[in-house]
Amino acid sequence: MKKSVFLGALTVAGLAAGAAAATTLEDVKARGKLNCGVTTGLVGFAAPDANGEWNGFDVAVCRAVAAAVLGDASAVEFVPTTGKTRFTALASGEIDMLARNTTWTFSRDVDLKFEFVGVNYYDGQGFMIPKELGVSSAKDLDGATVCIQTGTTTELNLADFFRANNISYEPVPIETNAEAQQQYLAGACDVYTTDASGLAATRATFEDPTAHVLLPEIISKEPLGPLVRHGDNEWGDIVRWTLNALIAAEEYGVSSANIGELASGTDNPEINRLLGTEGTLGEMLGLDLEWAKRAIMANGNYGEIFAKNIGETTPIGLARGLNAQWTDGGLLYSPPFR
Amino acid sequence: MTTITDPPKGEFRLSMLLYDTRYRSMTLQVIAALVLALALAYLYRNLAFNLREAGLNISFEFLGSPAGYDINQTLIEYDSQSSNFRAAMVGILNTLLVAFLACVTATVFGVLAGVLRLSNNWLVRKLMAVYVEVFRNIPVLIWIIIIFTIMTAVMPSPSAFRGDDPDSSMLFNLFAFTNRGVYVPGPYFTHGIGGEEGSIFNWLLAIAVLVGSFFATRAVTHRANNIQEKTGVRPKTLWINLAIWFVPIILLCLLLGLSWDVPVLKGFNFGGGLKVGGPLIALWFALSIYTGAFIAENVRAGILSVSKGQTEAASALGIRPRRVMSLVVLPQALRVIIPPLISQYLNITKNSSLAIAVGYADITATLGGITLNQTGRAIECVLLLMLFYLVISLLISAGMNVYNNTIKLKER
Repeated sequence: MKKSVFLGALTVAGLAAGAAAATTLEDVKARGKLNCGVTTGLVGFAAPDANGEWNGFDVAVCRAVAAAVLGDASAVEFVPTTGKTRFTALASGEIDMLARNTTWTFSRDVDLKFEFVGVNYYDGQGFMIPKELGVSSAKDLDGATVCIQTGTTTELNLADFFRANNISYEPVPIETNAEAQQQYLAGACDVYTTDASGLAATRATFEDPTAHVLLPEIISKEPLGPLVRHGDNEWGDIVRWTLNALIAAEEYGVSSANIGELASGTDNPEINRLLGTEGTLGEMLGLDLEWAKRAIMANGNYGEIFAKNIGETTPIGLARGLNAQWTDGGLLYSPPFR
Repeated sequence: MTTITDPPKGEFRLSMLLYDTRYRSMTLQVIAALVLALALAYLYRNLAFNLREAGLNISFEFLGSPAGYDINQTLIEYDSQSSNFRAAMVGILNTLLVAFLACVTATVFGVLAGVLRLSNNWLVRKLMAVYVEVFRNIPVLIWIIIIFTIMTAVMPSPSAFRGDDPDSSMLFNLFAFTNRGVYVPGPYFTHGIGGEEGSIFNWLLAIAVLVGSFFATRAVTHRANNIQEKTGVRPKTLWINLAIWFVPIILLCLLLGLSWDVPVLKGFNFGGGLKVGGPLIALWFALSIYTGAFIAENVRAGILSVSKGQTEAASALGIRPRRVMSLVVLPQALRVIIPPLISQYLNITKNSSLAIAVGYADITATLGGITLNQTGRAIECVLLLMLFYLVISLLISAGMNVYNNTIKLKER
C-alpha cells in the first residue's frame, strides 16, 4: 500500500511536469478552457451563486483572462482549492493560474517558484470578534482561542503578532472559510482572523452581521494577487497585462458601458493602444488586437468589478481605501500601455 | 577394456533457463525483479529530471528552520520559534497519544460488545448487534465530524460560565465541560523535588512506584499459586495486593505534597487544571467506537471458535458462568482474537491521520500540513510522513506479534 502510494506520487509528479512541456498558452487554446484556481467559497471574492455560476472579485480576473485568450469569458473551469492545496495544484499544472486571494510573499515568489503578476487587492490581516465580548483592541486578546485558516500567511502573522505583544492564545486550525465560520458562530473560538476583506465577506453572510465587530488593528500587509508558475514568461505576461488592462481601463475612464463607442477610435492614444485600434500590443502578447477590449467587456473595468462584488453598495461593503487608483490616493498603478 | 557409461551429467545449457522447470520459475522471478527495478529507476529519474527542470531540489534543511506557527496541544515545550523538526515531534507525540488512548478504549468497547453480543439476554444481544452494524458501516471520518460537530454545537462555550447568573456551571466546581474541551483538575506537587513547579522527575518517581507495585503484586499472586498447587488451599491475597497498590503511592503523594489545580474561568478561557481538547476527545472517541465495533466482531469470532464442550465441561465442574468466561473461554479465544486485533491497532494508528478534519495537531497536520504548506517541501514532507507511519506500524505489529507468541498454542 505504502509503496504503491509512493509510486503513484512519483508517477503523478513525473506526468504532470511532463505535460507542462508545451506552453501554457498553447495548452489553454488547445483545451478551449482556462483552468483557474479559486477559493472553495468566499462570498464576494469567489463563490458559486444559486445557479452554480461562479461569481466574485477573483473570479472576474479569471473571466477576463479567458476572454482575452479564448474570446469567451465563460470558457473557464473553476477549480476550488484550499489554502493547503492551492500551490500544489498550480505547481503540478492542474490549474493554469491561481486567483485566490493569495498573499504575495518573498518565499512564495522565490522559493516556491511562482510568479505573482500583480496585486488586485491590497489587504491586511484583521480580527473579528462577537460584540458581546466587549473587546476593543487586538492587544486585549490575551488567552483567547483563535480560529485560523491553516496553510496561510495569516497563520504566521498571528504567531508573530502575539509573540511581539507578549500575549498568549490558542490556535484552532481550520481548513476552509465555511468551517471557520461554523466554529466561530458556535463559540468554539472567540476570534476569527484572516484578511480583513475576507472577514467582511464572511460577516456579510451572518444572520446578524451587526453582532460582530472587526477590531481596528490590521497586523500585516497582505497584497493579494493572481499568480502563475515560474518558467513560462509569455503566459505570465498575458495574465499580468490582462490585470493591468482592467486597472488602466478604470484610470482612463473605459467602462463596459462606453467601451463599444471608445473602441471605434478616440483622441487618447493610450486608450487606442489599449483597445487595439492603434499599435500591435496584442500581437506582441501572442494574442489578437482586441484582447484587452474583450477582457474589459467581460466584467467591466477594475472599478466596476470592485463595486459589483465587494463595494460599498454590496452586503460586504468594503471601501476602496488602498485599492483606489493612484490618481485618487490609492495604490493601484498600472504601468503604461506603450 | 570395459567402458563405463556414466549417467548423463547435469550439463547446464542456457536454454534450460526457459525449458527446464527446475530453473524456469527462478528465471521469471529474476526478470520480474529486473522489470520492477527498471520501472522504479525510470520513475525516480523522471522525478529527479522534472524537479531539476522546475528548478526545485530535494533538501531537508527546512527541518532546522523556525516553524513560525503555533500548535494548540503540545506535550513537549514548543513555541512558534521552534524548528520544523520540533513541530514534527509535537505532531508525532500527539499522534501516539491519540493512537494509544484509542487502542485502549477500542479494546475495552470491543471486548464488552463482543462478549455481550453472545449474551443470553435478547435485548442486550440485539443492542450490541445494532452498535456493531451501525458503527462499522459508517466511515470513520463521518463519525469524527459528527462527534466534533455535536460537541461544539451542544456544549456551552466558556462565555456561558461567566456572570453572576451563568447559563452553565461547573460540575462540583471541579470539572468544566465546554465546546472547546473538558477542563479537569490537574495534579501537581507542592514540595516536590525540583521546586514548586515540579520537574518531570516527580512523575517518573510516581510511575516507578506504580510499576514496582505491579511487580510486587505479581510476585504475591505467583506465591499464592505455588501454595495452592502444593496444598490445594489458596491464601487470601486481596488485602495484601490492595495494600501493595495503594500504600506506597499514597505515601509518596503525601511526601511530595500532591495538590490539585482546579480550573477557573480567566478571561476568554478556563485557566489552570488540565485541558482535554475538543478535537482530541472527538478523534479519540470516534476512533474508539468505530474500531471497537470491528474488535467486537473479532472477539465474538474468537469466543465462538472455542468448542461448546469446553464451556459445558467447565460448568459441569461447578465453575460459575463469569469465571467460565475468564478462566476457560477467553484464554483460548485470545489465540483467534490477537492476530486480527493487530490489524485493528494499525488501523487506529493510520486512521488517526484524519485528525486534521477537526483541527487536532497530529503529525499529518503539523509536518504534512502546515510545515509542508509554509515551506513548499511537499515531496520531503510526504516521504517523512510515510516513513513515520511505516515505522510505527511495523513497531506495533512487532510488539503485538511478540505478545501473540506468548499466548498462542505451544507446540512441542
